[in-house]
Amino acid sequence: MINTDIAIVGGGPAGLCAAISAAESGAKVTLIERDGELGGQLVKQTHMFFGSEKQYASTRGIDIIDILLEKLEKNKENVTIMKNTTVLGRYEDGVITAMEDENKYLKIKPEALVIGTGATEKFLGFPNNDLPGIYGAGAVQTLMNVYGVRPGDKVLMVGAGNIGLIVSYQLMQAGVKVEAIIDAAPKIGGYLVHASKIRRMGVPIYTSHTVKEAVGTDHLEKAIIWELDEKWQPIKGSEKEYDVDVMCVSVGLSPLNELLVMAGCEMQYVPELSGNVPLRNENYETTAENIFVAGDSCGVEEASSAMVEGYLAGLTAAAKISKIHPDYEKKKADYVKQLDDLRSGPVGKHIRAGIEKIVRR
Amino acid sequence: MLEKTGVPTKEQVINEFPDESRINEGPVVVIECYKEIPCNPCTTACKFNAIHIGEDINKRPEVTEEKCIGCGVCLSKCPGLAIMLVDGSKSEKYVHMTIPYEFYPLPEEGNMVEGLDRKGELLEKVKVLKVMNPKSYDRTPLIKLEVSRKYMYDFRNIRLEED
Repeated sequence: MINTDIAIVGGGPAGLCAAISAAESGAKVTLIERDGELGGQLVKQTHMFFGSEKQYASTRGIDIIDILLEKLEKNKENVTIMKNTTVLGRYEDGVITAMEDENKYLKIKPEALVIGTGATEKFLGFPNNDLPGIYGAGAVQTLMNVYGVRPGDKVLMVGAGNIGLIVSYQLMQAGVKVEAIIDAAPKIGGYLVHASKIRRMGVPIYTSHTVKEAVGTDHLEKAIIWELDEKWQPIKGSEKEYDVDVMCVSVGLSPLNELLVMAGCEMQYVPELSGNVPLRNENYETTAENIFVAGDSCGVEEASSAMVEGYLAGLTAAAKISKIHPDYEKKKADYVKQLDDLRSGPVGKHIRAGIEKIVRR
Repeated sequence: MLEKTGVPTKEQVINEFPDESRINEGPVVVIECYKEIPCNPCTTACKFNAIHIGEDINKRPEVTEEKCIGCGVCLSKCPGLAIMLVDGSKSEKYVHMTIPYEFYPLPEEGNMVEGLDRKGELLEKVKVLKVMNPKSYDRTPLIKLEVSRKYMYDFRNIRLEED
């Protein structure tokens, strides 16, 4: 049995920041990551981040990892890092079980738990959507930017949210032709600056369009799209065909919430936060005592806010087990303000509405 | 229009440009950040306090043209690559326009490349005047181009000819 003050599940932006913040508060932290490297989705984010200086704006995601790892290193006497380790369950006595290197079972008993498991890609239903060559956009980004593998020659991007727009741009940077970006919604969902920078490379963006079907025998050869009317119904005769060998599906993310459900956290389906999320208080503590949450697993948002949520949850989780940072009040107020700043504009409107539904004061 | 296609209208573009008299005095930024998003590195980057966003980081940037010296530091710091420089002081026929360009291979000084509009359509061949890629630009190189003055409000990108 491994005893620790705080176990943190997930070594992405939220989990890394939670580990830094809890360790700085004096708590012994065990950071558990199922992948071989820390960083979560940051490992493939070659673009510059938005936000302000405090969330490392205008620094590339791949470089933010180094900043966070350096902060973690400064607190190394308080931090144990377990990579290639997947948390499997949490039991009534508060013990979590994990598997290391796919061959070794571990039992970990933390005083408090921070869950930062992130999110998973949603998919889209259409005929032949299982043909090789049809990927989630995140998978394509991993192939290109982590493994240096070219996913194909010609791409249809489905989804004009930030991920769809950014991955399209990065495909073009990798020398892959993006034939078009389509989105079922009547307006572009992502930041317009991302849309404009891919549009001025000659890539058309078609809103109110969706996939009719994919065509191919043993791999994708053609994608057929059609237009949607104002009631989101397909318009017959509006079909367009693209000879593409790759289709990227980027239609949103859902929170990865299995551990939260298993731990008995009260959950609620909140469309604005993209799925089932735990009820929580302003300290990011769920209804299950001493279980905290941060990042996309408590509502899909940007990585900037995931980092700030992580810092906040690490700080409050440590305080809950009497490891109180000397500047607790000041730090907490700063994180709360940063989150308010990130969410206060028009693009944060749905996030504010979603959070309103889950926060218990 | 912009929210459906990613292409701003000509009116939107012209609205973000300073008066031609200011452009003719020397380089100045044009910021095409049409939608409120939580982001302010342009203000942090500017040492001359020429770009203002304020307490609410969701507000759109406002440029004080008299303060902008056209140094171009903000161009490589903008995560949306939404800033360019325009300089009408060099000739009557041409303006010098500087854009961020994150594609390899980079053009070389003296090259003629395709000058594109906001839909990626060819306007004219333009001459590469300068390629700037110091470490401080963090892999967002800036390219200075000689563009016909009549395309000042249309030019926004370049394409190198494929070989």
